[in-house]
Amino acid sequence: MTERSLVEAINLALSRAMTEDESVLVLGEDVGVDGGVFRATAGLIDRFGAERVRDTPISEAVIAGVSVGLAAAGFRPVAEIQFMGFSLTVLDQLVNHASRLRNRTQGRLTCPMVLRAPYGGGIHALEHHSESFEALFTHIPGLRVVIPSSPRRAYGLLLAAIRDPDPVVFFEPKRLYRLAREEVADDGEALPLDQCVTLRNGSDLTVVTWGAMCHDTLMAAKTLEDEGIEAEVIDVATLRPLDFATILTSVEKTGRCLIVHEAVMTGGFGGEIAARLAEHALMSLLAPVKRVTAWDTVVPYPRHESHFIPSPARIAAAAREIMEFA
Amino acid sequence: MVPPTDSKANDAEQSIGNVQLDVHLRIRRIGYIDATGKVHGALPEFADTQELIRLYRAMVLTRVFDEKAIALQRTGRLGTYASSLGQEATPVGVAAAMRSDDVLLPSFREHGAQLWRGVSTEELLLFWGGDERGNDFKGPREDFPVSVPVASHAPHAVGVALAMRLRGEDRAAVCVFGDGATSKGDFYEAINLAGVWRLPVVFVATNNQWAISVPRSAQTAAETLAQKAIAAGVEGVLVDGNDVVSVRAAVETALAKARAGDGPTLIEAETYRLGDHTTADDASRYRDDAEVSAHWKSEPLSRLRQYLTDQGAWDHDDEEALLADCAAQMEVATEAYLAAGPWSPEAIFTHLYATLPADYRDQLAALKREMIND
Ligand SMILES: Cc1ncc(C[n+]2csc(CCOP(=O)(O)OP(=O)(O)O)c2C)c(N)n1
Ligand SMILES: [Mg+2]
Repeated sequence: MTERSLVEAINLALSRAMTEDESVLVLGEDVGVDGGVFRATAGLIDRFGAERVRDTPISEAVIAGVSVGLAAAGFRPVAEIQFMGFSLTVLDQLVNHASRLRNRTQGRLTCPMVLRAPYGGGIHALEHHSESFEALFTHIPGLRVVIPSSPRRAYGLLLAAIRDPDPVVFFEPKRLYRLAREEVADDGEALPLDQCVTLRNGSDLTVVTWGAMCHDTLMAAKTLEDEGIEAEVIDVATLRPLDFATILTSVEKTGRCLIVHEAVMTGGFGGEIAARLAEHALMSLLAPVKRVTAWDTVVPYPRHESHFIPSPARIAAAAREIMEFA
Repeated sequence: MVPPTDSKANDAEQSIGNVQLDVHLRIRRIGYIDATGKVHGALPEFADTQELIRLYRAMVLTRVFDEKAIALQRTGRLGTYASSLGQEATPVGVAAAMRSDDVLLPSFREHGAQLWRGVSTEELLLFWGGDERGNDFKGPREDFPVSVPVASHAPHAVGVALAMRLRGEDRAAVCVFGDGATSKGDFYEAINLAGVWRLPVVFVATNNQWAISVPRSAQTAAETLAQKAIAAGVEGVLVDGNDVVSVRAAVETALAKARAGDGPTLIEAETYRLGDHTTADDASRYRDDAEVSAHWKSEPLSRLRQYLTDQGAWDHDDEEALLADCAAQMEVATEAYLAAGPWSPEAIFTHLYATLPADYRDQLAALKREMIND
């Protein structure tokens, strides 16, 4: 088996899907000869040709809209938006068409498309290149929102997303693209969508997170372990539809919950999880549910970025506060 | 870059300064049967008497459908409805030019095209009556349903056309929208990409001179909508949208070009919205009656009836019989529509995803409880 980075795992899943299924095609800005600005589509054009690996003009709305048309007409487009910060114009297509076509036509036309975009900060990028507004997409019924947190999960979840009969937005934590490598078998095995992954078992508190924050949360959990606090870490993986059952079971066990996300707090997806815990877990909770998120500010330029994104220290401190409460 | 030092420098110098570039801006305007029923030039091959009668009948059915739909809306039996009064030649001409296996991506005023292509009157009434089952066309299974967000379906047509091309099919996509739609970014992005990829797609801008209360002159400073194609490297064609023969001819030509691999076309069909924007609108608040009356003189039905009458191919009895026919058809459709089986509200969840995700179980159960308690 070969060790691969997260972005290599994405590339591997794309190759696999394109080999398996002729209807899978890739489109986006610079995805062809250039192989994508993060190299996620590197080499695909050589293997599968320019008909199936298509460079588009800089037209995000039309990249999404063309994908809707392709999907309705029997293809499985995997569209790349270069950065989440430039995905706002695709919301119209996702909200008004991709997520509704099946229901609108009572199953006559469907929309099996995937829209990939790197998201999140930590790479010292220009403004608009470090955003985390996944919550905007979780507000869209009919859509799936999937975020991997490791190379193996990137491979398995992307395969699942491509094979899924409904539209999926797939947000890739770009800080993890090359941060770590792990063995990824090109076995064509998809991982289940709509399921959380428990990354670490623990009995004292549940920490719920996703994307790049899984990495920082696991670091915090290590620190806490040395202090005698056992954190259970859950990677949400599919934000919509949410596998709340796994979160609830864990919180019923630990009685405490911390939610960590890189996105700003207000209106963030952490609020949804906290609300559901308030509805369903009140009698199990020993302490208030807490959130560690980016500050409710504009994403700063890189100079102040490290003070914006939650750090392992901030996560550990919040966990201690919860433990001190009860 | 290092400036060239050899003889090429002269060429470079010549292009410095104010240079006039000649950009070709040529729009064909197509018009066969004018407002008085007079023919200009030889009619296209398809336009024999029998076929003209078929087109005429389709336009009349469209108008009768319209009248019935408005009546149903006024009596609380249909939702907000967008009439195509005065524009019938465009959708009918478009659909008549298409092959059945082409794909239509309509806007909300294309009933005439949908009917021609085999969407049933009952399905149309269901749609306008607020029932998604109206979009599950039994006829043209691959046609798109009405797109409400203006111009947002133009990119879909590009995707459908690309799918056809990739499969090597001899088919094309036809996307219809209004004059207002040509102000939107998705319109420009779609024609631009269709041009780059030379896809088999025909865009039809139905210029009915109004976008709700905003007149065509306030929509764009461009002299024609057709010329908007030129900047995208796409051919733009102007056509008399009230002459069904012209519309059909223009779309047939564009489709033949599309099938031959010669890329997309934007056709501007000039017509006029004789009715209100929708049943929720009162156009008298922003539009002079005199303007509307003037445009009644060039509406599409009377000119073709005049022409057919002049040819001795149509008379008063034919007209009466046709109207009775259409009315009877609408009665049957209305009855079927009003009798459409009840539909459990649970259906809201049925086609949201291929399989309802587990996360929805509680909400579906809650709705079911509510229904039992009702
Ligand atoms: C994106 C969008 N903005 C606004 C509306 C509301 N609206 C519905 S129809 C319409 C006017 C459309 O004008 P035009 O494209 O000329 O088509 P017509 O109604 O004349 O057929 C507007 C503004 C809409 N449906 N979609
Ligand atoms: Mg208009």
